[in-house]
Amino acid sequence: MTRVLVPGGVLGLGFDTRALQHGIAARPDIIAIDGGSTDSGPNALGTGVSKYSRAVTRSEWAELMAARSRAGVPLIIGSAGTAGTDAGVDWMLDITREIARERNEHLRIAAIYSQVTPETVLAALDDGRITPLDPAPSCTPEIIRSCTHIVAVQGTEPFMAALESGADIIIAGRATDTATIAALPLMRGNNPGACWHGAKIGECGALCSTEPLSGCILIEFDADGFTVWPTAPTARCTAQSVHAHMLYENADPHRLHEPGGTLDVTNAAYNDIADGAVRVTNSRWIPTDPYRVKLEGAAPAGARTLILALIRDRHYVRNAETWKDHLLAHLHATIRDRTTFDPASYTIEIRLIGINATLGNLENCHSEPTEVGALCIVNAPTQPIATEIAKLCNPFLLHFPLQGCTEMPSFAFPFSPAELDCGPQYAFSLNHLMTLSDPMDTSRMVLVET
Amino acid sequence: MRVIGDIATVRSKNAGPFVLTIDVFCHKAATYTLLRHFLTTGTVATTLGCDGNAVTKFTLPDLHVIKFSLPRPIIQGCPADRDMHGAQFSNLIAELALPEDANLPAQ
Repeated sequence: MTRVLVPGGVLGLGFDTRALQHGIAARPDIIAIDGGSTDSGPNALGTGVSKYSRAVTRSEWAELMAARSRAGVPLIIGSAGTAGTDAGVDWMLDITREIARERNEHLRIAAIYSQVTPETVLAALDDGRITPLDPAPSCTPEIIRSCTHIVAVQGTEPFMAALESGADIIIAGRATDTATIAALPLMRGNNPGACWHGAKIGECGALCSTEPLSGCILIEFDADGFTVWPTAPTARCTAQSVHAHMLYENADPHRLHEPGGTLDVTNAAYNDIADGAVRVTNSRWIPTDPYRVKLEGAAPAGARTLILALIRDRHYVRNAETWKDHLLAHLHATIRDRTTFDPASYTIEIRLIGINATLGNLENCHSEPTEVGALCIVNAPTQPIATEIAKLCNPFLLHFPLQGCTEMPSFAFPFSPAELDCGPQYAFSLNHLMTLSDPMDTSRMVLVET
Repeated sequence: MRVIGDIATVRSKNAGPFVLTIDVFCHKAATYTLLRHFLTTGTVATTLGCDGNAVTKFTLPDLHVIKFSLPRPIIQGCPADRDMHGAQFSNLIAELALPEDANLPAQ
């Protein structure tokens, strides 16, 4: 039997301190938490910088390190620093060392890196070891070479190796959300289907319970299945809340592909048992051969500058679409006449907030808003060019008149400067599997003592 | 005119950067029975402007849930993407008109 405490859906998102204390009191064998995902977009992978505040991450991690010390069990984080790049692992390692120094704690830390070089991926492409998922962007050598970071999404094997090394704390690069949780119960020979299924249910912490914000969840794995319950006193898991978590961010609610196999929950049985706990059995793990890991890559995609102009004038609000079309034509003509920028190299888009900014052409609800935000988005190859084009757009976003209006209008700019530089942009450029001869091929473990 | 959102809860979210998934929580067996037939892959494809063959439908009778997964209308984070988490596409499904003769309780 193995008890895994998952203190929250992701480090940096918060958890209930009391729920954590209850979780520790239940004597877990390990504490496991996720450190990231692709869900916030390609920036974290492109830059290697965490989307979460360092201060909040540090504060939560210090609390988890103290809890780990009290429980005397290992603490694991996967996908460190949001995207799980090498820089993300080093960022978490740095935070961990700081806290260990403050606590005067002597720890064995296993850092597991899973960033792969473009050369590694190119060699695999040559060997026919790269398989596109559906849908996938085209994977050319040029695109692979252009990626600032490529990470391999690790399975449980690197965590098992780190646990075998006797690490107190494991900080891993990109890994599946489930691998951090499933590793120890799998090592102990608990039911493999249950290990992966329970890990999936617990990966978002208390999201599978009636109080998602309480964070903490306990999963007990055994030879036949798993039992899951939230540790916040008033929270409960129900058969419905646990089962429904298989829907969340999953393309297929019955089957989940993982490194080394597929979890099949088609016949899983969810049963409410006492005290807000749910018992789950009949989960199947189907091993796959060869062993494949998913690759995630982000390539540079130019730079961006924004200008927001606010329109409250009723005549302009009513005619915002026409105003936008005429303004764009005017802007492109001005750039053509007054600059040497290649028209194919940049884009200017104006999204009308209040009209259809969220859904674009798919919007089918039309009513007259009180005001409209004209969000001008300039994409260009470099930041100086994007800024320059936005500066050129600036006076027209402020003053461009509708045809027939003799008075020059002025709209509301909420900021000075009006141009907001977003910096370098990135695009997800890989949705591919890489076949490995050994599950550890894309992982490198470094042991650090504090 | 009643719409799907009057009788069910619709949620959309990324399933990775390349796939969008839409969950329709029907709450009641009668709602589930109606929407299971009413909501087709073709309806979802037309509403989200994609190819019907690209949409996969799952029905989960135990949960009274109908689920659709499809290639994201725009890859997450591309310049033309407007919704990084794919969270607001759900409204297009929630605002679909129910058949005139549907006789259903509110959720």
